[in-house]
Amino acid sequence: MIPTAYYIMLGSGLFTIGVIGVLTRRNVLIILMSIELILNAVNINLVALSQYFRSVDGQVFALFVITDAAAEAAVGLGLIIALFRNKETVNADEIDLLKW
Amino acid sequence: MLPYIVFGILSAVALASGIMVITRRNAVHSIIWLIVTLFAVGGIFLLQHAEFLFAVQIILYVGGIMVLFLFVVMLVNLDVALKQAQFSRQWLLGLVTAILVFAQLAYLIYKIGAGLSLPAQPAGPEPAHNTQAIGQALYQTYMLPVEIASLLLLVAMIGAVLMAKRKLE
Repeated sequence: MIPTAYYIMLGSGLFTIGVIGVLTRRNVLIILMSIELILNAVNINLVALSQYFRSVDGQVFALFVITDAAAEAAVGLGLIIALFRNKETVNADEIDLLKW
Repeated sequence: MLPYIVFGILSAVALASGIMVITRRNAVHSIIWLIVTLFAVGGIFLLQHAEFLFAVQIILYVGGIMVLFLFVVMLVNLDVALKQAQFSRQWLLGLVTAILVFAQLAYLIYKIGAGLSLPAQPAGPEPAHNTQAIGQALYQTYMLPVEIASLLLLVAMIGAVLMAKRKLE
């Protein structure tokens, strides 16, 4: 039986990689993929703790997280298509109309 | 011993391919590496006897969401973007911040100890039939959340169609 702390450690590592991707990349698509990485890190933690407590509640919650990921990907990619049609760019730092 | 080896391999694959996702120049390569990550995470679910979640991970994430990503990348694929700088100007600050956050998390997990000071583990065997247990939880305890999630998917679908439409009237 692998200690729960190992899984949580792995989850925090994957979360950090996702945060680095969100903060450093310019390409909006890769930022969206980094968000998927973060959601997967959350799922690892949820499943590890649900396993620890011998109940499926955490796994059900992970299912809801996956549902959210699907909704977020659909809307986010729709936004990217609209953005690309209007501005001909996928770089996050060129979308600065609201910047003062 | 064997679970430890499998866990080590799977987590190494997940972390390494996660790093590949955020460092690739070409977005299609990033997607391929993200699929590798998702498979490794699915393997970790399987290692914890979460078979249903493993199946959902493969079918929904790899089969559904990643294909959606691939379509959009093909749609907006820019040769110009490949030649531009891939990292934003504040990349160093972002990297340092993220690593600081990770250091805090790692320190806490290490400090609070191997037991993670979790409440005592309930006795008794783990639920035997994973899929059946999840199905019962979903349709009995979590009936209303499931309905809300289905509504969320409907709204997201309409939103995506509206966003990608050529012109808003």
